[in-house]
Amino acid sequence: MRDIIQATGLVKRYGDVVALDGLDLSVREGTIVALLGPNGAGKTTAVSVLTTLIEPDEGSATVAGVDVLGDPAEVRKLIGLSGQYAAVDKDLTGFENLDMIGCLYHLGRKKARSRARELLDRFDLADAADRPVKTYSGGMRRRLDLAGALVAESPVLFLDEPTTGLDLISRRELWRLIRTLVDQGATLLLTTQYLEEADRLADDVLVIDKGKTIAHGTVDELKDMVGGERIGIKVTDRDDLPVVNEILGRVAVGELQREERSRTVVAPVSGGARELAAVLQAFEDHQLRISEAVLRRPTLDDVFLALTGASAESREKTPEPAKPGRRGRGSR
Amino acid sequence: MNLLSALGDGLVIARRNLIKLKRVPDVLVFVLLSPIMFVLLFAYVFGSAIDIPGGSYREFLMGGIFGQTVIFGATFTGAGLAEDMQRGIIDRFRSLPMSRAAVVLGRTASDVVYNIITLTVMAVTGLIVGWRIRGSLLDALAAFLLLLLFAYSVSWIMALLGLSVPSPEVLNNASFIVIFPLTFIANTFVPAESLPTVLRVFAEWNPISSLVQAVRELFGNIPPGAPEPASWPLQNPVIYTVFCACLIIAIFAPLSVRRYVRVAKKS
Repeated sequence: MRDIIQATGLVKRYGDVVALDGLDLSVREGTIVALLGPNGAGKTTAVSVLTTLIEPDEGSATVAGVDVLGDPAEVRKLIGLSGQYAAVDKDLTGFENLDMIGCLYHLGRKKARSRARELLDRFDLADAADRPVKTYSGGMRRRLDLAGALVAESPVLFLDEPTTGLDLISRRELWRLIRTLVDQGATLLLTTQYLEEADRLADDVLVIDKGKTIAHGTVDELKDMVGGERIGIKVTDRDDLPVVNEILGRVAVGELQREERSRTVVAPVSGGARELAAVLQAFEDHQLRISEAVLRRPTLDDVFLALTGASAESREKTPEPAKPGRRGRGSR
Repeated sequence: MNLLSALGDGLVIARRNLIKLKRVPDVLVFVLLSPIMFVLLFAYVFGSAIDIPGGSYREFLMGGIFGQTVIFGATFTGAGLAEDMQRGIIDRFRSLPMSRAAVVLGRTASDVVYNIITLTVMAVTGLIVGWRIRGSLLDALAAFLLLLLFAYSVSWIMALLGLSVPSPEVLNNASFIVIFPLTFIANTFVPAESLPTVLRVFAEWNPISSLVQAVRELFGNIPPGAPEPASWPLQNPVIYTVFCACLIIAIFAPLSVRRYVRVAKKS
């Protein structure tokens, strides 16, 4: 399979802030690739470069063999983009939005209309088709925005944080829709800060941090990088934590992850269920009250932690450095 | 990107702007009410206070009000673009294989429709308060077309302004600073001849004066026995106005499109 998206050494600076710091990436045709990273890692900037919205300071990229810098107009004919901020017109109805996008893809009036209706049906928006978008819920807007990216049946799709800010039900619904796209032969690059999202959707994951790719592989490959299973223990009483640490420390094959606040300790282990049973027996002997005990495969968060020394989830909460985005829309 | 596809895409954008006009009633209210207000204010507040020899000031005023109102209307172009640039939809436009000129082209085109509505409302209001078309119907039609053409050219100036300011609010203030003196240092409300020398020369070469003069002539609203204008632009107002409108478009259309591409790239 050929690489349908290719980028080498992308650099983009905004003043002192380095958004992209020599990013390389490649996406094989017909796959879903997730760019995974915390806020401010450079995900949106990468997508903006590949979709011709911004020019990088250095580096080169091709989409379906077309040079992004040399022939951006040609690239735009081959891509569909669904952005982090639902890029639909709120004063227009859902139908009018998709119809307009179809016309601007030069599908022709008739084709644009029929395609709009078809997508509204498929995205469960037929009932709301003739209502202005400002009456839509957040989930409906995102679905419409995603539909906008599909109007021209473009071979390469870019979804920038398609589910950020959505509730769980809307998110699951969107995941289902996204998965059907690839069944129809599209190639899809999506960015996400949700580990679960990458896990659910992506064939390949690029972990990016501070504008660079720090790991690349299938979800399973990445998980194998950090080794075997984990035992996770949550105690009812915070005072029990030192004892738990001591017991888990005896069986752990690596460093313990301790989280005081959630009263949780996670230990990488090699002995599986047998070891979990032994640990639980030890807790029983010390008469500790355990509220949760799990044996699990490493999550992508473990991967992120191992790669960067910081949890992706915890980084999300730290404010990202202010960047000179246009007129208040921050995370460009 | 060739001209034909630019026009096609521009039309799609213009259609979108017109749908929005229908859907966002506050804009429509402004488009309808402000011309009525202008006509009534000027007709009754100034129209009865100032005498001009041999004619009705109210009728003399109408040409000026027509001119001033369509030029004020061009502010919509700038405000609309400034607002668009803040919205997420602009990201969509930029990723589509559409002409880079379409957003600006479509905006100026839809504003012609705004102006047609404005002119119609104003003309009807004017007729009610006693303004009359005394020339031929063909001349009157030419007057309206001239107003639309000139307003269209000013739209391009406002487009550049709208793409250069950080928000629609700034645009409104900035455009008033420009438009007020331009429309007042002209023959819109007083005969140019009555102004002090420096202002008079400015007024005589101000294309808004020639526009208003042309409109007055075409509507037959020049009072009989009014002195012949002394300057070339006001003696040949139609030619001078058309020339200025074309010149403005030739300068500001490419500048606006370039500005759009640059602003859109920067984010």
